[in-house]
Amino acid sequence: MTMDPVLLAPLLAAAEGGAEGVSGGIYDTLIPLIPLLPMLGFLFTAAVGRRLGKRAHIVPVGLVIVSWLAAMVVVYAALTGQAPFGEHGHGVTLWRWIPAGADASTGFNVDVGLLVDNLTACLLIVVTTIGMLVHVYSIGYMAHDPGYWRFFAYLNLFMFSMLLLVMADNWLVVFVAWELVGLCSYLLIGFWYRKRSAALAAKKAFLVNRVGDVGFALGIMAIFVSLGTLDMRETFTRIGELPAATITLIALLLFCGAVGKSAQFPLHVWLPDAMEGPTPVSALIHAATMVNAGVYLVARANLIFSHAPEAMVVVAAIGIFTAILAASIAFTQTDIKRVLAYSTLSQLGYMFAALGVGAYVAAIFHLMTHGFFKGLLFLGSGSVIHAVHEEQDMRQMGGLSTKIRWTYATMLVGSLEIAGIPPLAGFFSKDEILGEAFKFGMYWVWIIGVIVAIMTAFYMFRLMGMTFWGSFRGPKAIWDKIHESPAVMVVPLVVLAVASALLGMFLGLPLGDSTIAHWLEPVFFESEELLGHTGAEYQLFGIDGVLILVSVTVAVLGMVAAWWLFGIRWLVFRRNPQPERVNAVAEANAVTRFLYRASLNKWWFDDLNHLLFIVIGGRVGAACWWFDRVVIDGTVNGIGGAVSGAGRALRQVQTGRVQNYALGIALGLLVMAGSYLIIVQR
Amino acid sequence: MSDSLVAYLILAGVLFSIGTFGFLARRNAISMLMSIELMVNSVNLAIIAFGAFTKELQNDASVIALMVMAVAAAEATVGLAIVIAIYRNRRTPLVDEYDAMRQ
Repeated sequence: MTMDPVLLAPLLAAAEGGAEGVSGGIYDTLIPLIPLLPMLGFLFTAAVGRRLGKRAHIVPVGLVIVSWLAAMVVVYAALTGQAPFGEHGHGVTLWRWIPAGADASTGFNVDVGLLVDNLTACLLIVVTTIGMLVHVYSIGYMAHDPGYWRFFAYLNLFMFSMLLLVMADNWLVVFVAWELVGLCSYLLIGFWYRKRSAALAAKKAFLVNRVGDVGFALGIMAIFVSLGTLDMRETFTRIGELPAATITLIALLLFCGAVGKSAQFPLHVWLPDAMEGPTPVSALIHAATMVNAGVYLVARANLIFSHAPEAMVVVAAIGIFTAILAASIAFTQTDIKRVLAYSTLSQLGYMFAALGVGAYVAAIFHLMTHGFFKGLLFLGSGSVIHAVHEEQDMRQMGGLSTKIRWTYATMLVGSLEIAGIPPLAGFFSKDEILGEAFKFGMYWVWIIGVIVAIMTAFYMFRLMGMTFWGSFRGPKAIWDKIHESPAVMVVPLVVLAVASALLGMFLGLPLGDSTIAHWLEPVFFESEELLGHTGAEYQLFGIDGVLILVSVTVAVLGMVAAWWLFGIRWLVFRRNPQPERVNAVAEANAVTRFLYRASLNKWWFDDLNHLLFIVIGGRVGAACWWFDRVVIDGTVNGIGGAVSGAGRALRQVQTGRVQNYALGIALGLLVMAGSYLIIVQR
Repeated sequence: MSDSLVAYLILAGVLFSIGTFGFLARRNAISMLMSIELMVNSVNLAIIAFGAFTKELQNDASVIALMVMAVAAAEATVGLAIVIAIYRNRRTPLVDEYDAMRQ
């Protein structure tokens, strides 16, 4: 008896250890475990978490830590190129999800498989490490919340989805994970669903993401229609066969999804509102991991984009425009988390700009460093908010550096990093983006990037000045009760601060021949060859050194400007905030007044969307509704009404009385006789 | 015997109208049957008159009249049988109380 080879394929694949037929040994077990453990944690907590009360965190946090350990083992093996990973990673095919079509070559077959190559490994470091630290931090942050167990269930579901997203080797599975992280984002933004603003923000995030997801789904369909496969690696090896216009279309549609998920212009409006969620969620989902999914997607599809230079220009333009737009809005926001949210937008814009100019390594490098320091900053802001009793308005803060020293120190590290002060992480990655943009001849990206670097340093130290320096502006009663957060919150902060401070040096050195470039070379080599970006000599004492000097100088300029306006009390630098000078700058002339108002009103994007979709869209909807109600319903109901009305009228004729019928007969007879007389006789 | 066809036809018309009126106006089923007889006979009278005044019809008119009588007899028999059957059921000869078909 012979067995159908298609049905047998998954079994064979499992037996042989992956699609390549290479046995992965222990890694074939470890790789699926990484996403599986958080899934188990979610199922367990969702089922029995409610009854565990204050112990609900034990299982989910424990499983995430184990998942982190497994990920670290796998990442180490992958990045050092051990068997079975080698240069191009190792895939594990778990099972055939959709077997349709007679044989493997012509049918529609979707395998659920996990792939760990060096790009995935880099993402795994960010996702599992920050995920684990955020889980630990949440034990303290959410301690008094009635939805304690629910929070950890959602967080675990998110970890599963995000890990599936970065590990999946199939477009359809990626899409499923893509939607799952969107769902988790929705659930966690609206975690305090009784709060109207939180529920609305969750809805907004979900709807805005849908817009991008339509593009992503269309892109996947375009891939399937043109190539007949949904397998990622097969897509990339065969993408060159397609005509240039098709590749550009696919690239732009995929980028559409990235724009939604990574909150780039014009779909950036959901991310600042997403800050309604609990702060650990902001740190994990809306700063360090989920919003990076778009960057990951474009980096993963780098071969598609490298075949479509026009699409890359679009990516770079939207990225750098978002960077400067968001940075300008961050200038005037007073909610500490919103400043960080706009900062995230801006930094994601940097990453897309890097992807657009073809500096894939720099983009992933910045993704990693940004994940760490932005996660740190968000967790720090959570600690601040915790300390001042759930106050998020920076105008009600000030002078906290003396009260919450650990939070202050770690956030200072984070701010220096994002500002790009050497030798901290942000310096290396941001400098690499700007340097590559310059070297690849995209001078407009470089110029705007440098301006954004000044702005970044400025708004971060404005945040530090308003929060930690100067004197406290809130009520005295709160000032007396401010205390440092519990150890379970401070330890993740310190770990993140140390890790992110060292990460840049570990990954970014030696300059021009960095560790991360070595890691990611197998992933991006083909693209770089296509774009002609290989073989450039690194000149520390030539152009590269000048570029470094420029980016450090502008960072310092931005910091000094912030100190001049918002004060500082750090080491030998001491200066009080100058609120009247802030006003003087803002009101100096018509241009600054306009810029100030634009920044304060977020360039009126929410108002524009309100006008477009609520007012105009609402009118159009009302008109359609009117048309449906009056014309379409009118026609349908009119026909029905006419028929039943006629029936009701004719019913009167059927009296059941013989004489009435007889009268009818007699009248009929009269009519017939009369017409005979009139018509025939004449 | 008048030698004017019109006179016979007017008589037939008057009889038919009386029969029609009786059929429409009377509530008693028996009276209605009688009215029908009247109408049938008025038609018969018209046929006979046509036969007498039209050469081409000759004896055919008499045959048709005999046929109509047979039909009228049959109709009266069946009609009376129905009326009696309903009367046994409903205990009334009044047709406006026969309302089973309205329900």
